Amino acid sequence: MAELMKLQVICPDRVFYDGEVSMVELNTTEGEIGIYPRHIPLTCIIAPGILTITEKSGLKNAALHSGFVQILPDKVTVMAEVAEWPDEIDLGRAEAAKGRAEDRIKGKDSKTDIARAETALQRAIARINVIK
Amino acid sequence: MASMRDIKRRKSSIQSTQQITKAMKLTSTVKLQKAKARAEQSKPYFDFMYETVHAMLAKSGNIDHPYLKAKESGKTAVVVITSNRGLAGGYNNNIVKLVTGFDVPPKDMVIYTAGSKGRDALSRRGYEIKADYSDIVEDPQYSDADIICKDLLEAFEQGEIKEIYLAYTFFKNTVSHEPRRIKLLPVEMDSETTKSDNVPMNYEPEEEEALDMIIPKYLTSIVYGALMQAVASENGARMQAMDSATSNAEEMIDSLSLLYNRARQGSITQELTEIIAGAEAIS
Repeated sequence: MAELMKLQVICPDRVFYDGEVSMVELNTTEGEIGIYPRHIPLTCIIAPGILTITEKSGLKNAALHSGFVQILPDKVTVMAEVAEWPDEIDLGRAEAAKGRAEDRIKGKDSKTDIARAETALQRAIARINVIK
Repeated sequence: MASMRDIKRRKSSIQSTQQITKAMKLTSTVKLQKAKARAEQSKPYFDFMYETVHAMLAKSGNIDHPYLKAKESGKTAVVVITSNRGLAGGYNNNIVKLVTGFDVPPKDMVIYTAGSKGRDALSRRGYEIKADYSDIVEDPQYSDADIICKDLLEAFEQGEIKEIYLAYTFFKNTVSHEPRRIKLLPVEMDSETTKSDNVPMNYEPEEEEALDMIIPKYLTSIVYGALMQAVASENGARMQAMDSATSNAEEMIDSLSLLYNRARQGSITQELTEIIAGAEAIS
């Protein structure tokens, strides 16, 4: 069995996950990264994407939207502003949000906040991917 | 001696007030429990954020970043968290006193309020209310804290304000709440929290960019944490105030009952004396 490290995913309103894991994968602003135990100390900014947790008993997926992650050799702490398990996501709503964001990006005029629309789109895609 | 009718009227008026205070005490007890649970759940995020940011800043010592540098000109912004409703004892007043006791003259201050009681009290005293977020106090969400912080950071970046303080009530436990003020920006580095055993940290993206992202989140989490604490304190303060109001009413009712009984007795005695005197006069 692979080595284990501590993972904590903390949201403003709850402790989302707290346990021993052998690997964590998540999406940062610099690209997707996978973290094994004994990683070098690193702090990254999170981009909307899927958080994959490899536990002893198997894989767990969750949608992770924004925040930052602090990696230490024996401990990973994710400060997430929003994190959701697949069963907490409303697929219909996510699809609708995706459509809305796409429309906004396509029909862009000077008023549209492109950066905001793009993050919204990324968030919606992350939610949809977690379910699939 | 007051007449029987007056005493009776007074007693029943106090009784109905007591019913109201009793009901308010019960509702604030329930609300307190909810708010307390939420405040406790938000605590790990708040604590870790504080620790991380301070550890980061301590390690990256003389980093040159606009959020960390004190500006020379501009006003002092204060975020004031109070409640929308009164009858909470000294809860709102303590915060207002804390703000008026600042060592900055009122004309150099701009106030951002959450809670209409604090807003009204401060604007009466001649403070400039820049923005008001009173409708979020009933049920503060993380996104609400985010909005406040965005406004603050914008004003900070444009040089309108040079420093940001937060005045709120810290929830120690159910019976003790403490008005507090903390400095939000520029982030203060206190050398005490610096831990020497900390491993050097790498940043991806670069430190400055990372700080750009993390400091707004840090602010938001502190404001959110403070909102949670304030809501719990508000309900705690109201519960206490209503509890003592209820027991005061009880005491008043007791002493009024005594007076009433005495007056009743007095009137019966008087009536008897009159009847006997009348009977004697006839015979």
